[in-house]
Amino acid sequence: MHIDMAQFHQVFFEESFDGLDAIESGLLDFTPGEPDPEAINAIFRAAHSIKGGAGTFGFSRISDFTHLMETLLGEVREGKRRLDEEASNVLLASVDVLREMLTAARDGAEPDAPRIDAQREALAQILDGAVSSHGAPDPEPILAGPPLAQASAEQVPSGETPGWKIGFRPHRHLFRTGNDPLRIIRELGELGELEVVCDLGGLPALDALEPEDSHLAWNLVLHAAVPEEEVRDLFEWVEGDCDFSLQPLGEHSIPADPTEAGADPETGQHPVSQNDADTQGGREGRPQLKMLDRPPERRQDDDRRQEPERRRERAAGANPVGGNSIRVDTDKIDTLINMVGELVITQSMLGVLGEDFSMQKLARLKEGLAQLERHTRELQESVMRIRMLPISFTFSRFPRLVHDLGKQLGKRIELHMSGENTEVDKTVIEKIGDPLVHLIRNSIDHGIERPEERLAAGKPETGHVYLSAEHRAGNIMIEIRDDGRGLGRDRILQRARERGLVSAEDNLNDKQIYDLVFKPGFSTAEEVSDVSGRGVGMDVVQRNINELGGSIEIDSRPGQGTRFTIRLPLTLAILDGQAIRVGDETYIVPLVSIVESIQVEPDMLGQVAGKGETFRLRDEYLPIVRMHAVLDVPNPGKTQVEQGIVVVVESGGSRWGLFVDDLLGQQQVVIKSLEANYQRIAGISGATVLGDGSVALILDIPGITRLATQASHEHEPQISLSA
Amino acid sequence: MHHGSAAGIEAQEPMADEQGSQYLTFLLNGEQYGVSILRVQEIRAWEAATRVPNTPAHMCGVVNLRGNIVPVYDLRRWFGLAALEYTRETVVIIVRTGSSADARSMGLVVESVSDVLALQDEQIGPTPRFDHSVPTQYLQGLATLEHGMLMLLDLDALARSNSDEGEPEAASPRA
Repeated sequence: MHIDMAQFHQVFFEESFDGLDAIESGLLDFTPGEPDPEAINAIFRAAHSIKGGAGTFGFSRISDFTHLMETLLGEVREGKRRLDEEASNVLLASVDVLREMLTAARDGAEPDAPRIDAQREALAQILDGAVSSHGAPDPEPILAGPPLAQASAEQVPSGETPGWKIGFRPHRHLFRTGNDPLRIIRELGELGELEVVCDLGGLPALDALEPEDSHLAWNLVLHAAVPEEEVRDLFEWVEGDCDFSLQPLGEHSIPADPTEAGADPETGQHPVSQNDADTQGGREGRPQLKMLDRPPERRQDDDRRQEPERRRERAAGANPVGGNSIRVDTDKIDTLINMVGELVITQSMLGVLGEDFSMQKLARLKEGLAQLERHTRELQESVMRIRMLPISFTFSRFPRLVHDLGKQLGKRIELHMSGENTEVDKTVIEKIGDPLVHLIRNSIDHGIERPEERLAAGKPETGHVYLSAEHRAGNIMIEIRDDGRGLGRDRILQRARERGLVSAEDNLNDKQIYDLVFKPGFSTAEEVSDVSGRGVGMDVVQRNINELGGSIEIDSRPGQGTRFTIRLPLTLAILDGQAIRVGDETYIVPLVSIVESIQVEPDMLGQVAGKGETFRLRDEYLPIVRMHAVLDVPNPGKTQVEQGIVVVVESGGSRWGLFVDDLLGQQQVVIKSLEANYQRIAGISGATVLGDGSVALILDIPGITRLATQASHEHEPQISLSA
Repeated sequence: MHHGSAAGIEAQEPMADEQGSQYLTFLLNGEQYGVSILRVQEIRAWEAATRVPNTPAHMCGVVNLRGNIVPVYDLRRWFGLAALEYTRETVVIIVRTGSSADARSMGLVVESVSDVLALQDEQIGPTPRFDHSVPTQYLQGLATLEHGMLMLLDLDALARSNSDEGEPEAASPRA
């Protein structure tokens, strides 16, 4: 039977990347203090799953590499090694290398072999050279080198002939779990010289033979000085699916000591705690086979923790998904199912009502329709929630970033995160990452001072960066705050003047000055540093956030710090829109961009330099954008501004008046992508289907204002649009 | 380069005969054109599309295809022929382009649909460089029929050219 393994690859990669994230955040978490055993266990398990998965799918480089990490982590877990700074850094770097390897494997690219080898070397060095490159038997170094030697000495059997006696009796259903005893035995053979005795005792008569059942058992003797862990690891995946025993060679009877057996379940120091004497219990009369009814407790414990993960893996693997999958909390799905149930009930109720309808039943019909509407709305909301993921998906990379940057720049920084469970749209998760990275880099590079500078300013040596997310009034607010030196108001102003962004006469308040950093071509970094001088300006940050329908604000106090506040819409799949008419076409303007809509009186109109139209709104002169011109409408309706409506919108801190023919109505619209089958169009953010089935385009206000400025620049090279 | 040749399509979807494929044929300016039937999603009567601003004239607009927004192109205009009034006979062929991983739909406005023909691969020859209505880069081959010839459209080439020339802005900015 041939199974296309590729369909499971995606799940493997997804879970592996998740696992790497877990390892990384775990490593960062306990760098400062004493390691928490549960955290180490979590890291170890994550590494172990990656190794197992990689092995299963034949990514041997990855599994070999992960094996080294796992060995190191295993030692930490068993308390044989302290996770010092050096080990932690090597592990972190290994996570990076592993991530690259996984990416390369996923994309079918060639991994960066020298880098991998270098990292292997580093890992192996930490392990005191005890583990060589390919898990091949290592003749003597196991007993050499201080920390590991102790560790291994306890594990490697002390008999004259080092090695292990293994009893392996698969349960009948083993094949159905996808395991192959032959593979395990072959891998054992790689550890050293292996004697294999197959026990055919379980084999039924030929006519009773069920070919898909496993009937064989093996007694194996491994002549190799390998740690117990390594042997057990090979059987990890068949645990619970076989009877398994392990005994050091040359020690024929260790008395089973129940107190010892339960002594240290977490570390499992003793090679074999139970043996044939009492566990076999005479159940199966096979003298040569040491069987264990139950595996040692530690394994059981481990297994229980891993089981849900594996089950999920299988469940996910059974249902291969496309390149863009999402993991959904079962609660959300249950809610959804309940709602569909309600909907079905309402629908059948209405169906019955409709079968012999009379006017007496009108009230019930109305009631039923109201119910239908409510359920539909609830259903819509819950479906939308499926796209929502906790923002921790994005936040989780920042501890590492801060840790690395702080070290690189010689600054002491603590990152405080809150509201990681705030749910945001999947698209936001994907797109907000880069802007946030940029802002945090900025805070660390330019905001937080060096320790000596901080001390001199009377501040604690350690700088703090706060990253938070919360829901507020139908929006998601993300805040990045630092307690650094704040923005250099005068430097910004000076730079802006040098760049011609403002004239010397312009009198700007603090907020207007801070907003200048979002202007294209503005960068205050005095020297281009590796950290934030990547040719990407804050203008790109702002543009990316605007593309998500959000906005960003800066607030800064000299000497006290800077705060960036990002406001994003809750969901990107639905928006509150104002329908407008331009000529005979209908467009949707996002309500969030609209300040107000007014009818302009002729005396409010004005002209700038004979071309740019403006109107006066209270004390401000706003540019007028003729929508029929920008949208190139073939049959423009109204051409006199005072005959139509001016919709005042705000974009990028400035206001504009959009001249349209008419306002139609406000409605929630479901956003459909134009790009799915077509392409991006300037000034259009998407499309929606109206009640009558026709398509209306949704305007992208920043894009529209850009189009309008371009159009006017074509005629008049310079028009000041600032009030 | 990814060319949606007849053999290529057949390899993806082994539906047609061993060495042949079926083609939906239609009329354009009195000439016969064909597209692989495996690429055809559906045929609909013309209905008004929503115009998309600042797009080329052959882009009629977008329509709602069961919740998906699908662009519709006027093939006559695309190939530089005189525009015709849309009538009741005017049909829109919705076709699928691109690989299965990156499939897109587009609608093509044609005068009328004529037939479904099975062609053997050996009946399809290369496109000679001579004068016909359609630019040769959009053709994937030419088939000789009893009553004339059939030009097979390369839908992927159409889709590609469309995204090349229609790109209104530089690629979206990256942080």
